[in-house]
Amino acid sequence: MATAEVLKPDHQAKRKHFIFTDEHEALRESIRSFVLKELTPHAEKWEETTFPNSVFTRMGELGFLGLDKPEAYGGQGGDYFTAIVLGEEMTKSNSGGLAMGVAVHTDMAMPPIVAFGTEEQKLQWVVPAIKGEKILCIGITEPDAGSDVKGIKTRAVKDGSDYVINGSKTYITNGHRADVIVLVTKTGEEEFTLFLVPMDAPGVIREKKLEKLGMHASDTALLAFQDVRVPESAVLGEVGKGFYHIMWELQGERLISAAGCVAGAQRTFERTLQYAMERKAFGRAIGHFQVIRHKFAEMATKIESARQMTYVTAWRFANGEYPVREISMAKLHASRVAVEVADECIQIHGGAGYMKEYGVERAWRDARLNRIGAGTDEIMLDVIGRSYGL
Amino acid sequence: LIQPPFTEEHEELRASVRGFLDRELAPCAQEWEREEWFPNEVFVKLAAQGLLGLKYPTEYGGQGGDYLHEAILVEELSRIGSGGTAAGIGAHNNIATPPIWKFGTEEHKQRYLVPAIRGEKIGALGITEPDAGSDVAALRTSATRVDGGWVVNGEKTYITNGVRADFIVTAVKTTAEGGHRGISFLIIERGDGVSSSKLRKLGWHASDTATISLEDVFVPEENLLGGLHEGFKLIMANFQWERLAMALGAVGAMRMAYERTAQYARDRLAFGRPLSKHQAIRHKLADLATTAYVARCVTYDALRRFHEGQEPIKEVTMAKLMTQRASYELMDACLQIHGGLGYMGEHWAQRAARDARLGPIGGGSDEIMREILGRLEGL
Repeated sequence: MATAEVLKPDHQAKRKHFIFTDEHEALRESIRSFVLKELTPHAEKWEETTFPNSVFTRMGELGFLGLDKPEAYGGQGGDYFTAIVLGEEMTKSNSGGLAMGVAVHTDMAMPPIVAFGTEEQKLQWVVPAIKGEKILCIGITEPDAGSDVKGIKTRAVKDGSDYVINGSKTYITNGHRADVIVLVTKTGEEEFTLFLVPMDAPGVIREKKLEKLGMHASDTALLAFQDVRVPESAVLGEVGKGFYHIMWELQGERLISAAGCVAGAQRTFERTLQYAMERKAFGRAIGHFQVIRHKFAEMATKIESARQMTYVTAWRFANGEYPVREISMAKLHASRVAVEVADECIQIHGGAGYMKEYGVERAWRDARLNRIGAGTDEIMLDVIGRSYGL
Repeated sequence: LIQPPFTEEHEELRASVRGFLDRELAPCAQEWEREEWFPNEVFVKLAAQGLLGLKYPTEYGGQGGDYLHEAILVEELSRIGSGGTAAGIGAHNNIATPPIWKFGTEEHKQRYLVPAIRGEKIGALGITEPDAGSDVAALRTSATRVDGGWVVNGEKTYITNGVRADFIVTAVKTTAEGGHRGISFLIIERGDGVSSSKLRKLGWHASDTATISLEDVFVPEENLLGGLHEGFKLIMANFQWERLAMALGAVGAMRMAYERTAQYARDRLAFGRPLSKHQAIRHKLADLATTAYVARCVTYDALRRFHEGQEPIKEVTMAKLMTQRASYELMDACLQIHGGLGYMGEHWAQRAARDARLGPIGGGSDEIMREILGRLEGL
């Protein structure tokens, strides 16, 4: 056994976290090589055009859209960590919009169907969604109800054996390409119900494509629902339990998004490290100036703290706990770290960082959404604070 | 509510400038941002109002005012809704023409300053190169002595007005040795050997920021601006005003962003009451108002000293450092308060954050400001 005298820091050691097994690492390798070979080369183009639907069919073929979904519906039957691995490796595409489009499909819209759907609903939507033949989206936010989910106005009114839906939803990722939407509606004063509404149902109107600060590769829609008639069988889960279904769904998704934030920050960090080794000013590589060295040290520390927080919380979640407080902490912290790291990397790049060519500015624009989407920083702070009875 | 060094006379000018910009520029700002270009006629329009020569003597077509008048224009331009447009006008007024006014011969002034004030010729300043940003001494663009002038070869980058400029006040190496001591300035007209390619950026979309390559460009003797090998002095001379102008731009932009965000917070309902009635948001806005006010005070103090003829390098550097980071952070907080709406492509808050992000990089990065302050403090 080594003694203290001969122990040297080994910064190059492969660091496998305890939550991951060799199988997870093998999966990571295979996703990574797919992403780098088939997605990353198109990232630039897709920023202009949004990514094509064929990404879903290709990922379906490879089995990447149902990693943690039951084998009975075509999934791989893996654990929650396989979804984390996917969320992390998708960031290697250098396209936040692409990663988000896929994540909304696999980690936001699909889980409630798997968890609360009837056998018929699963066969109708989950099976083709895992194959990448049908694309999913989820509708929560409305023009006048963002953080205040209970303030939504979209109504589903019972009419005979049908429901008639009226309202509008905004900031809907995959909204233009989706085949079905998991729709949050009000069925009573304080009563929320989820519906699976086919996007080709009469009265579903895909309004304009929304332009955004970042996430340009994803399509984001404003949707209107005008007298959309759906049968009772379109109800997802229990009537009146929609709010709880959605809150549950958001927890799992928030951790995966936190993992994506950490991986994205790591990638931007590494690219910038490379730049700081190569770029010279005042006769030396800029990374060798103390202030720049310390910036890297700060960033690395932040990334590591966010990573450990996310992994440990994921481990608890995967082991059957429901640690909403810590999930909120991880989401808050990882989102902030991702934005701060991207911002610092812009600064280290100087003028080049401000130019699109280097891709760092895009990392910031993409990362910036995380402090707003799927629960803003302020909502996370509220959830954490309230968890102490405040 | 007139804050020194401004007086009532200045505030009248401000009102008239604001009225003009609101009518003529602000309504087009979004379109120009989208097109990533603002039309050259903007210069002509501004010239017709005397806004390209506020601080220049009347004998050259200027208004005979001073830097305080120019300061008003800078602040007001930051409110039009397009950082790129303000940057293009600012590059012309605040960095390209001042060296000609200060260091130029009478002939230079007649040939470049007079038409620039009329909006007939557009100017740019060319210092930064791909391998020489913060480190000015690393410049490599060379001017080789030939009969009757120089032949210039090299590449300049991140040049505001780089596509549209008729003349570029360019830093070149006139001697291979000597770092700082080998730099001179030449006024280079667009012509043979000068080619520009536009760069795409995080913000300042309406600005035609470009890389300019100079290939065997002949520049006649008389286009030497300032003394031979004395270019570094010229660079330093204008830094103070350039940095003050950036601070002033941030001050104007911050005030406006705060006001608009506070209004949004009063109007937008969440959980049954306006956002502003949620304590965390109210306190956030209180912080933003404080930041905007501190930025204004620091900047106005430096401006007053500058105007009085002191050489307030320390105060100007501090103002530049403080306001640029503060402005970006304030814009980012405004974006956050707007939530999903602020993230949308047509929203002013995300545009303002993108535009403000240049501040801690351009005109001397935060790191360079801290280096200067360190030296001034004897550290």
